[in-house]
Amino acid sequence: MTAETASSGADLELDGVSKRFPGFTALQELNLTIPAGSFFALLGPSGCGKTTTLRIVAGLESPSDGRVLIGEQDVTRMPPHKRPVNTVFQSYALFPHMTILENVAFGLKRRGAKDANARAHEALRMVELDHVSARRPAQLSGGQQQRVALARAVVNRPALLLLDEPLGALDLKLRRQMQVELKDIQTEVGITFLHVTHDQEEAMTMADTIAVMNKGRIEQLGAPAELYELPRTAFVANFLGQSNLFTGPVLSSKGDAIVVDVAGRRVAVPTNRAQRHAGEVTIGVRPEKLVLHTEDPGSTAGVNVLGPGRVHDVAFSGVSTQYLVGIPGLGSVTVFAQNMVSGPVVADGAEVWVTWNVEHGFGLADEPAPEPRFDPDDDTQAIAIAQRRRIEAELEDA
Amino acid sequence: MAFGAFGASPGAVEVDVTPARKSPVALLLLLPGFAYLALFFVVPFVSLVITSFQAPDPLGFGAPGEYVTAFRWENYTEAIVQFWPQIVRSFLYALAATAIALAIGYPLAYFIGVKLRRFKMLQALLLVMVIAPFFISFLLRTFAWKQILADNGPVVAVLQSLTILPDDARITGTPFAVIFGLAYNFIPFMTLPIYTSLERLDLRYVEAGGDLYASPVSTFFRVTLPLSMPGVISGTLLTFIPASGDYINASADFLGSAETSMVGNVIESWFLDLQAYPTAASLSIILMAVILLLVGLYVRRAGTKDLV
Repeated sequence: MTAETASSGADLELDGVSKRFPGFTALQELNLTIPAGSFFALLGPSGCGKTTTLRIVAGLESPSDGRVLIGEQDVTRMPPHKRPVNTVFQSYALFPHMTILENVAFGLKRRGAKDANARAHEALRMVELDHVSARRPAQLSGGQQQRVALARAVVNRPALLLLDEPLGALDLKLRRQMQVELKDIQTEVGITFLHVTHDQEEAMTMADTIAVMNKGRIEQLGAPAELYELPRTAFVANFLGQSNLFTGPVLSSKGDAIVVDVAGRRVAVPTNRAQRHAGEVTIGVRPEKLVLHTEDPGSTAGVNVLGPGRVHDVAFSGVSTQYLVGIPGLGSVTVFAQNMVSGPVVADGAEVWVTWNVEHGFGLADEPAPEPRFDPDDDTQAIAIAQRRRIEAELEDA
Repeated sequence: MAFGAFGASPGAVEVDVTPARKSPVALLLLLPGFAYLALFFVVPFVSLVITSFQAPDPLGFGAPGEYVTAFRWENYTEAIVQFWPQIVRSFLYALAATAIALAIGYPLAYFIGVKLRRFKMLQALLLVMVIAPFFISFLLRTFAWKQILADNGPVVAVLQSLTILPDDARITGTPFAVIFGLAYNFIPFMTLPIYTSLERLDLRYVEAGGDLYASPVSTFFRVTLPLSMPGVISGTLLTFIPASGDYINASADFLGSAETSMVGNVIESWFLDLQAYPTAASLSIILMAVILLLVGLYVRRAGTKDLV
């Protein structure tokens, strides 16, 4: 298996994989099948077990329980250098004492490929860095090193390519550019990519399938749009983009919509978009699905209305504006509005109503929890704030 | 992991290096160093070179210790002709001792610096144990080995009773004992620099080696060893240079005999006992020149410039 190069990707199957470290469990009974040739992302906050999963697949860590199969072959006990797998490390881990060409040809030479240097040059041409093949890693910029790390892994044509937050150290603009390039390369070479990231936007733009991980488990698995439009848990609803979540008892579940009592107001959610149809439920809607009204819109069939409330924060961000609307008994509701006209349409302190189409709502599977289920710095809003501060700092430096 | 993207410095890791401007303070700070070098290296060296060309005082009627300044090249040729066996022996012994010290010191340094990385206390304890022999005088330690390896000592007795050694054999006074003593005395000088290199070794490179189909042995020779070369070079130089000039281990008073005498022993006896200063001085210069040549070739071959 290792002696020859895999011409195309192979399925990866994790069968009941667990990993326990002294004092905590990193992975709990993970079952996962990644079909050959797909671009699969493991998305989650730090400590969710995504990197442990990757290291188990690479053979750098051995599972406490369960099996790892690559293309039907059980590799659970196989040392890393015999697995048909290559990794693009977060730190790149380019060998500092070798030239770029030597780095890229390293894997080919270890497997006795005769045309190692020619193929390494070819891989470097693919990432448009053949002109620096005689240099050493320290002489390259972060983005160039990243591309060399990718070439060094892809040149071996592994059955499976593992990417461990490979874009984490790049600045925002370069990261966007590399996302597109990575996706192109994946399409071109047809290798199965397993990409680990905490960046939900990165996962959504690149992956065919995303598994959202939390606390050593997969919370939800699906295509990006599916995960975004129909999150099943509060964690997914908040980690993958932002959500407005409301909790209340189900009043009726007749017909094609369930009606939930949200602080005295009746809010409908399509039955087929709700995971639970009785008792206390949590329902949600994405902020960009909400429409702001400055006058009472009245009740229309197929539209949920909340309000009146008061705008207490307006954040202009170019393409859209984020309004925070305080609604008595409900707390804050986030609204994203496209800037169709110049500037915000309502000012801070204005009285507004919020409406959305019933079919945009979703009902979550988890029991309404009194406390937040994750650290506040793990949610998208906190990440967005941190990211904005970082970009501001960058702009000041520039 | 973590949210590294937000904490890490963005983009290239290029550091803007602006050369420091010359300031009188910097020059002033360098002064003690220059003064030290001038006083304790340049002056003695010049004096040594002058001595090495001196000729016997014609008025002293060949009495030892009486010399006049001259330009007597023959001091060198005579020294080489007479003492080439000791010169060659010095470098062979030093080479063997360096090889043994490396064979013992590298695995030791690897164990302390890599395998014990997560156990800081144990690491510190073992490092102290590596350095601990220095708390006892070099002479005393070597003398202790003379006792242990002596003809009526425990090692010889045990080896003879096991008939590994014949009854009339001895250990002290043999090249084995001298090389052993040299290796023993310089193992800490070998271990510590290698430890420093390995302790900083980023194990992700080792993981990357395994990920790129290199077996653990192949990863060691292609990744770990090259990345620890700065330590290996310092360690071997710190062992080889003093070992080639050593005159304690090879001396008949310690682990050696007349048959094992090295250049250091010749210089010592010709300088102190025979007061043949020009010969001893020219031997010193020859020793220095050969060491410089060998070290120069070695460093060039090992290619320190390639190391980050």
